[in-house]
This record gives sequence, structure tokens and C-alpha cells, in this order.
Amino acid sequence: MRQSLVIRLVLLVVCLGAAGIYLAPSFVSGLWFLPENGIRLGLDLQGGSHLVLEVEVEKAVENRMRRVRTALRDELRERGIAFKGLEIDSAGELVVTASQGGMERIRELLTAEFSQLEVSASGAGADGAELRAAFVARELENIRDFAVDQTLETIRNRIDQFGVTEPTIQRQGQHDILVQLPGIQDPERAKALIGKTALLEFKLVDERGDVQAAERSGAPPGREVLYGYEDTASSGVRREKIPYLLEARTLMTGDAIADANVRRGDQLEGLYVELALNSVGSTAFDRLTGENVGRLLAIVLDGRVYSAPQIRERISGGVASITGNFSFQEARDLAIVLRAGALPAPVKILEERTVGPSLGRDSVEKGVFSFILGSVLVLIFMMAYYRGAGVLADVALVLNIFFMMAILAGFEAVLTLPGIAGIILTLGMAVDANVLINERIREEVRNGKSPRAAVDTGYERAIPAILDSNLTTFLAGVILFQFGTGPIRGFAVTLCVGILTTVISAVYGTRIYYDYRLTRRNLVRLSV
Amino acid sequence: MEIIKPGTRIPFLSYRRWGFILSSVLIVGVLLLLFTKGPNLGVDFEGGTMVHVKFGDAVTIGQLRAALEQSPLGGVVQDFGGAGEYLIRMEKSTAQIDTVGRDIRNVLDQGFGQGSYEVLRVESVGPKVGDDLRRRGILSVIFATIMMGAYIWIRFELRFGLGAIVALIHDVLITLGALVVANFELDLPIVAALLTIAGYSVNDTVVICDRIRENMRKYRRDSMEKIINTSINETLGRTILTTVTTLLVLTALLVLGGGVIRPFAFTLFVGFLAGLYSTIFVATPMILFFEKGRRR
Repeated sequence: MRQSLVIRLVLLVVCLGAAGIYLAPSFVSGLWFLPENGIRLGLDLQGGSHLVLEVEVEKAVENRMRRVRTALRDELRERGIAFKGLEIDSAGELVVTASQGGMERIRELLTAEFSQLEVSASGAGADGAELRAAFVARELENIRDFAVDQTLETIRNRIDQFGVTEPTIQRQGQHDILVQLPGIQDPERAKALIGKTALLEFKLVDERGDVQAAERSGAPPGREVLYGYEDTASSGVRREKIPYLLEARTLMTGDAIADANVRRGDQLEGLYVELALNSVGSTAFDRLTGENVGRLLAIVLDGRVYSAPQIRERISGGVASITGNFSFQEARDLAIVLRAGALPAPVKILEERTVGPSLGRDSVEKGVFSFILGSVLVLIFMMAYYRGAGVLADVALVLNIFFMMAILAGFEAVLTLPGIAGIILTLGMAVDANVLINERIREEVRNGKSPRAAVDTGYERAIPAILDSNLTTFLAGVILFQFGTGPIRGFAVTLCVGILTTVISAVYGTRIYYDYRLTRRNLVRLSV
Repeated sequence: MEIIKPGTRIPFLSYRRWGFILSSVLIVGVLLLLFTKGPNLGVDFEGGTMVHVKFGDAVTIGQLRAALEQSPLGGVVQDFGGAGEYLIRMEKSTAQIDTVGRDIRNVLDQGFGQGSYEVLRVESVGPKVGDDLRRRGILSVIFATIMMGAYIWIRFELRFGLGAIVALIHDVLITLGALVVANFELDLPIVAALLTIAGYSVNDTVVICDRIRENMRKYRRDSMEKIINTSINETLGRTILTTVTTLLVLTALLVLGGGVIRPFAFTLFVGFLAGLYSTIFVATPMILFFEKGRRR
């Protein structure tokens, strides 16, 4: 008895010490022997944005098919294989038409060089043979997977440059990406920055074509109409929509960019974004500008024409620029997305939860306030009801909260508003174990048992009920964790941790005291 | 101090008819309410957007409604605990998640001027996520019910498990009804609160079941009805005490916790009250009911 008591006391002290060490970083920082992180606040408490994005992977598949088509066309021309048509149909399949003899050679080429494709159908068309090809299943999966991964990387780059401390960016499910931005001040701007596809294209303007006619009745083959928006000086904020007739062919894309920075031009130009091109880009741009001196070069971002300056001379320095009446913020965000590169596929926001910083602070204050009031009420109530045993239960309760916080800090759990509610709820329920024990001890005392026997039987009889009842609630907590997300998980965690610490401190913690008093043989009357 | 004097023998089980009537009336009422009016689904389950705004100057709910009506966004405005705080709820069809935050700011900027308000919270849920969350919410409640029933079945007997499940469903339904009456929206935290109620409803039942089992061994000659009644009385002090301490802290949370957590605290509060009642008047009579069924 004596020995087990000493062991248990030592264990309690060790636990207290460990709990103190884990809990300390939540209040002080910078001491070498302390763990680095304390309790972290969830987005609902510190403010911030929680976004779930869906990567539209089918768009990535389409893009890849278009590139395959170009590659196939080049290959066919290089080998001198004649073909009549090479199109992509509405289902995203590649449709090749050629003469009977040509088709044989095309088939051979496909099997030899384009193993990512499989022929889905073939037959004789109106003029010659027709063949349809689609990606093989594994390639399809690869493209989708890669698109999600690359989107995630790009978004991470953008957010890093935007400047958010400790963002969370991770895959969720098959094609979704979870983005959490704690403490963000301007969620709308962040959302625009993340969601922008940022596909930059350089295209030549067709100055001889009739823009108005193309607008009315569709662009002629090989041409397309895109719009630019310009501030009209007279009407101030109102933006005017200007149509451009462009050659559909893209001469260069954002892949060619090595760096992008905001620069300040003269009075008239205002801010512009300067693009430093990589070596491939420089060569391409050099050739492009050299071949088209005097023509207009449209700079198109996500289908919108930003500017269409005239190429005055061959540009070989590997530097290009985008002008367009930017505010500083717009220019900076544009530079960020261009630097980080385009998303391989557009993203769609599926879910957004944003909490402003003031509401978060308010929630913490109110949560702490209710916690304090709740604890005081329970502590007083227990003392009044059970006197000595009530004080003991109160000590157990304080220990319980202490351990609970320490465990949450130790696991670097995230504290959410429902989580705080969980802690407060634990306060109320934690005394249940002591109530069960004390009621039992009272019964045994009434039955005329000695203090020692009453304590022994009281604990012994109460423990099964305590374990069973807490286990069922624990089960509910586990299910909550399994099915819940975000703040709910925070609640589930505090609920489960609270149950564990409750059972330990209320049952085993208080028992140490009784055993100590009983061993010293000075416990004559139980105060229960 | 003692609330329940030792040797108290309140014949709870003889009131079981009244409890049955009261519970039946309540449950039928709740079911009617749920099928006619239906639960007030929040954006978590229905999709759409909720914007929580706070105005610096006195802006009435009418002014805000008028400003929104002129915009294509539309939206239903709800007062959020006074002090110039409002909730604006938009249907999923009018609210594009990508732009809704910006759109609502534009409307408010035009109507009341920039900086005259603060957007405290935005919650947007697309239809796909909404469906997923609803499915998960329903599944979690079903799983929890089955698992807890099974646990008690294994630890005690089948009829105890059945009694616990009936009491649990009773508590959750009554709380749902209270939520509909109080016009609180059903969202994820509320489902979490409902599951917690389920957990603690069973918790209470377990304590009494444990006592019944013990007394069944102790008083072999007594009738089941007498044993159950004794057990209820013996654990009555504990049942009341624990409920009181829990309600104490929940009151603190309800009053001081702020508007965001209030529906959650309310749910728990009602649920625990229902739990106190159902443990005595629903779960234990059910055990007796299944007991009789077995003997016949």
C-alpha cells in the first residue's frame, strides 16, 4: 500500500511537470527546454480563410490533347505522311482522317510514338479512312493527378509570395485542394490571386480584318475576337470594352517568363509589369519581334487583352512588359501570378469560410470569459455540496483542465470555438465521476462502513459505471472526428481528450489523496 | 448538503403512463413540425452563402433589406443579436462563391459607404460540398446511434441497449424540435452538439443500467419494476447533480459565449434537459417494457 502510494505520487508529480512543460509555450516563448509550439488557434478564433478548390482536371486533359495534336501534326509532316483532317471532337477525342494507305502509316506511327493514345474507333468515312484516338486510362489518371499537383504547387508559390504566415495547402479527396490562410486581412484579394488561371499568351493583331464584322458574325478561320478594357478618361471609373481581332495562333505563353516585377514608368504610362524572359523565351521573343516589326502584339491574360503595343524593333534583351492602368495592388498581384506561373487547369471554389480578425478575437474573449465563469460556478457548487470531498473534486477538476490543455498543446491540436465549448462542457461533466464516487461513499458510510471500507467500496462500485458511461461519449467523439471537418474536429478532440483526463484525474488522482490519509490512519470521519 | 435524502422512494415507474403521454405528444409535435415546416438548414447543408456583417452606425434591418433588394444578389436578412449585426443569407443560385464576397461588399459600399461596416464572417458552400456534408452528417448520427446501442448491448443486455437507443432518439428529436421552434439554423456545429447529446444521453442511461444490474443481483426476489424504481432513486442524486453542473456551465456559455456559439450552447442545453427527463421517464420504462415482452 505504502509503496504503491509513493509510486503513484511520483507519477502524478511527473505528469504535472510534463504537462507544465507542454503547456508553457502557449503563454511564454523562447526558453530552450520548452517545446516550440503551444496550443494553436483555429481559423475561427484567429481569423482567416478556409477554401476548398476544385481543380477542373478535364480542362487539363483537353489542353494535353491539343498539345498531342500539335505534336502528331508536326510528326506527320516531318515524315511526309499525308492526312486530310486532324481535329479534336466535342468528346475530346482525336479524329484523324486520311486516305486508306496513309491511315496504315498513321496507325504505325501512333503505336510506335504515341503510346499514351489508344485507338477507340476506326472505319471508312465519306472520303477515305477515319480513326479516333483517346488517352489510355492510366495516362488520363496521370494527367489529372499531375494537374492537381501542379496546381497545388503553383498556388503554394503564389501564397508564399503574397505573404501569409503558416498557410495550409494540401490535397483533399481526388481533385480538390484545401487552402487555409490564417490571419488574412483581405480574403477577396487572396481569393482572386489563388483563383486566377494566369494563362499569358502573346498573339498578333489582325489589323486588316474587319473587327465589327467579326464581332457580329463570328471570326474568320484562324482568327478570334477578344476584348480589352480601358478606362475612359471622361467617365472616370467606367471601363470601356474594346474588341480586338487576333490571329488565333499563340506565339508565346507564360512558360517563357523567368521573373516578373512591378515598375514605375513615366507619368502617362503609370505602373507596368516588367517580364524577364528565360533563355528559350528570349530566343522566341527575339524571333517573334524580328519577324513582325511594325505589327501590333496583343498581350492576353486569361482571355483578356491587356495591351496591344506596336513592335517598333526587334527586341533581343529578353525583356517584355505589360501596361494597363494598374493600381499598385493590381500590378503587384499580376506580377505574383506571372512569376508563379499559370495553373494547368482552372480552379473553382467549392467552399469558403472566412472569419474576420475582430470576430475571432471576440470569440476568444467570450469563450475565455464563459470558461472562467463556468469553472467558478462548478467549483463553488461542488464545495457547497460535498464540502471536503467537494474540495477534492475541485482539485481534480483543476488538474483535469491543466492536463487537458497540456495534451492539446502537446499534440499541437487546433483550438476552435466549438473546441472551447467542448472544454467548458467537460468542466460540467468532469465532476460526474466524482459525484458518482462520492454518492457511493456516502451510501457506504450510511451503511455503517468504516472510512477505509467506504472509500474502497465506493471507488470499486463507481468505476464500472464511470468507465461505461464515459466510453459511450468517447465513441460519440470518435465518430464526430471521423465524419467532421475543421471546427467540429476541434470539438471532437477536446471532447475525447477531456474524457480521458477526466477519468484519470477524477478517479486515480483523487484516490491518491484518500489512500494517503488512510495510510496515515488519521482519517476518522469522511467529509463527504 | 443533500438534494435527495437517502431512502427516497419516488415511484417514478408508476408515472410512466404520464411520461409516455408527454413524450408521445412531444415527439408527434416535433415530427409534425419537421415534416411541415422542416428544419431550418444552414449553408453547410443547403449550400449558398451566409455573410455576417456589423455596421458602425445605426443601420436598421429595413435599410439593409432595401439596399439588397435593389441588387441582383437578393438575400434574406436576419438580425444577429442586435448592435447592428446582421446575417445575410443568399441562395446558391444567386451567389457565385468566387465573387459573392466582392459583390456583397459592392452593394454595401454603394448603400452605406465604404468603411461603415465590417464583414465579420463569410460562409459559402457549393452544392457539391453541401450534399457531401449532409450525407456525412446523417451518416454520423446513424453510426453513433448504432454503435452506442451495440456497446450497451454487449456490456449489459439487449433490452438495456434498446432502452438507451429509444431515449437517445427521443432526446435528439426533442432538441431538433426546439431548434426549429427557436428558429436556429441546422449546421455542422449543431450536428456535433446533437451527437454529443446522444453521447451523454446514453451516459446517463448507462449509470442507471449499471445500478439496475447491480440491484438485480442484490434483490433477486424483487420484481423488475421495484428494482428499476430503487435504482432510479438511488442514482437520482447523481443524475440531478451532474445535470445541474453541466447546465451551470452551459448557462455561462449561453449567456456570455457570444452569438456565434449560442445556437450550439442552446442545443446542448435543451438536449441535457431532455436527457434528464428521458433517463427517468423514457429509458427505464423501456427496459421494463422490453422485459415484459420477453417474459410473455
